[in-house]
Amino acid sequence: MRKIVLTLALSLLPAMAWGGLPDRMDVDTDPHDKGSLQRGAQLFANYCMACHEASLIRYNRIAQDLGIDEDLVEEYLIFKPETQVHETMTNAMTEADAEQWFGVPVPDLSLTARRHGPEYIYTFLNRYYVDEDAATGFDNTVISGTAMPHVLEVLQGRQHPVYEERNGEQVLVDFEIEEGTGTMSPGEYRAATRDLTNFLDYVAEPVKGERQRMGKWVLLFFVIFTVLAYFLKKEFWKDVH
Amino acid sequence: MSETRSGGLVGWIDDRFPLTKMWNEHVGEYYAPKNFNFWYYFGSLALLTLVIQVVTGIFLTMNYIPSGDRAFESVEYIMRDVNWGWLIRYIHTTGASAFFVVVYLHMFRALMYGSYQKPRELLWIFGCLIFVALMAEAFMGYMLPWGQMSYWGGQVIISLFGAIPVIGPDLALWIRGDYVISEVTLNRFFALHVVAVPLVIIFLVVAHILALHEVGSNNPDGIDIKKNKDANGLPKDGIRFHPYYTVKDLIGVGVYFILFSVVVFYIPDFWGLFIEHPNFEEANPQVTPDHIAPVWYFAAYYAILRAVPDTFGGVLMMGLAVMILFVLPWLDRGKVRSVRYRGLSFKIALGLFAAGFILLTYLGTQPATDWNVILSRLGSVLYFGYFIFLFVYTAFGLERTKPVPERVTS
Repeated sequence: MRKIVLTLALSLLPAMAWGGLPDRMDVDTDPHDKGSLQRGAQLFANYCMACHEASLIRYNRIAQDLGIDEDLVEEYLIFKPETQVHETMTNAMTEADAEQWFGVPVPDLSLTARRHGPEYIYTFLNRYYVDEDAATGFDNTVISGTAMPHVLEVLQGRQHPVYEERNGEQVLVDFEIEEGTGTMSPGEYRAATRDLTNFLDYVAEPVKGERQRMGKWVLLFFVIFTVLAYFLKKEFWKDVH
Repeated sequence: MSETRSGGLVGWIDDRFPLTKMWNEHVGEYYAPKNFNFWYYFGSLALLTLVIQVVTGIFLTMNYIPSGDRAFESVEYIMRDVNWGWLIRYIHTTGASAFFVVVYLHMFRALMYGSYQKPRELLWIFGCLIFVALMAEAFMGYMLPWGQMSYWGGQVIISLFGAIPVIGPDLALWIRGDYVISEVTLNRFFALHVVAVPLVIIFLVVAHILALHEVGSNNPDGIDIKKNKDANGLPKDGIRFHPYYTVKDLIGVGVYFILFSVVVFYIPDFWGLFIEHPNFEEANPQVTPDHIAPVWYFAAYYAILRAVPDTFGGVLMMGLAVMILFVLPWLDRGKVRSVRYRGLSFKIALGLFAAGFILLTYLGTQPATDWNVILSRLGSVLYFGYFIFLFVYTAFGLERTKPVPERVTS
C-alpha cells in the first residue's frame, strides 16, 4: 500500500509542485567566471565523458576561452588516446555499446543547456535519490526511470527523499543524505554541480561571454550615434515651420 | 524639374543614365509631408532590415550546408568555428523577427491613417504581396537550421495543404517533393529562400516605392498635401525627403540599432521566441515534439487555424485572414483617412482589432487547451469583425466624422 502511494506521489510530482519542492532549482550561470568553468570542465572530463560527448566543442577552444594552457588541457582533459588538441570532445564509446549497456543511446551534451535550460541540468544532477527497485539503484525526479547511473554518487552520497503528508497526500519536501556516503558536503556538491552546469552552458554557446563583453561597446557606439543624429536632425529642421 | 546638367563625372553619367534625375525624383526633390510622426519610421526601417537580411544571408550561405545530415551541424559550425559567424547568424535570426515587428507596425500605421485608401490602393496591394512573400521567406528560412522545430513546424504547415479537397494530398507531395519532409524539401527550400523569394521581395519593394512616389506619401492627418501648392508648384506642407527625412530617419535607425543590439548581444534567442529551444535539437523524423509551436510572427494566423474545428475550414480561414487585407481599400468606403478625424466607433474597432491580433499571437504560441481555443475564436471574431464592421460602418453612411483641416497640423 505504501508503495502504491509512493509511486502515485512520484508520478504526480510535477503536478503537485505547490507545497513540495519546486520542479526546477535555480542556478546562476556566469560565462565570465573562469574558475567555475575550469572546475566544470574538469568534472565533465572526469565524470561525464566516459559516456557523454560534447562533439561540438574543440579542446583548444576551451583552452583559449577558459584561459588554460593547451598542455594542461592535453594532460587533464583529454583521455582518449591519440586525440589532438584541436579535435572535439568525443569519447571512445560506440553507439552500439551504449545501446547494449544502457538500453538507450547516450545523448551528446553540446547543446543540452540551450535545449532544456541550465536549470534542467542542475536540477537533474541534484535530484538523484535511492530507489532499490531501479536497475542502477537510483532514480531521478527530473527524468523518472532514467537509465543514467548516479555517477556523482561518490561526491554527493546516497540521497533519500523525505515526504510529508499534506491534504492527505504524500508530498516530496526534501532530501536527506546518508551520513558518510559522500566525499562532499551538500554545499560543496551544489557548488560542484553549479560549476558543471556552468561549463555545459558555456559549451552550448561558447561565444556567450564574448558577445556580452562586446555588447557594451556596440551599445555605447549606437547611443552616441543616436544622440548625434538627434542634434543633426534638430539643426536641419530649424527652417521647417 | 531639375534641368541643370552638372559637368564632370556626374554630368558624363547623366548624359548616358538618368542618375541625377532618379536621385531627384525619389530622394532629393521628393516632397514628403512635414508632419510625419513616430509611425513613419517603419518604412525606412523595413528597407534597412531587408538590406541587413540580404547581406547577412549571403555570408551565412558561404558556410551553411543544405543537406539532411549536415545542415544542423553546419549552423553550429557557423556559431563556433567561423570567424564572426555567431554575430552574422544572430543578426540574421534577430533580423527575421525584427522584420515582422517593423512590418506589422508599418501595416498598422496604414490602418490608422487610411494609407490604403484611394489613390494608394496599388501601393497597399504591393505591400500585401511583400507581406505574403515575407511569410514564405521566413517559413522556408526557419527550416534551414534543421532542428526539431524546423522539421516539425514545416511538417505541420505543409500538411495543411493536404487538407485541401481533391488536389490537397498531391499538392503537399509536390511541395515537399517527398512523402515526409526530407533532404529534398530542405534543398528546394534553401534554393527558394536564398534566390527565388528574395528576388521577388526586392522586385516588389521597388514597385512599392515607385507606387509611393507616384501618388505621394500620406500623413497622420490623412490629407492631400498636393492640393495646397505655392507659386513654384511645390506643396506648402511638403519638405524634401533629403535632407529632412534622411536625417530624421537616422534617429530611427539609431534607436532601432540600439534595440537590435540588445537582442543580438544579450538575448539572441529572446527567451525562446526568436530561436525556439527545441530547435537546439537536430531534426528527428521519428520523434514528434510534445508541443509544436510556430515562431511568434506566425502565431496569430496559427491561432486562427486552430480556432476552427475542421482542418480545411481552418486552412481557409487562415488564408482568408491574409487575403482579406488585399481588398481592404474597397471594404473601407470612408471619406476620411486618418483615425484623428474618423468616428469614435472606428477608433474602438481599430483598438479591438489590434488587441485581437496581440491576443491571437499569444495564443498561437501556447498549447491548444480548451480555453486557448475558445479565446482564439474570440480573437478571430475581433480580427475578421474589424473588416466586416468597417464595410458596414462606411458603406451605409453610419460614420460621423470630424472636420478635416485644410493644412497639416504640426
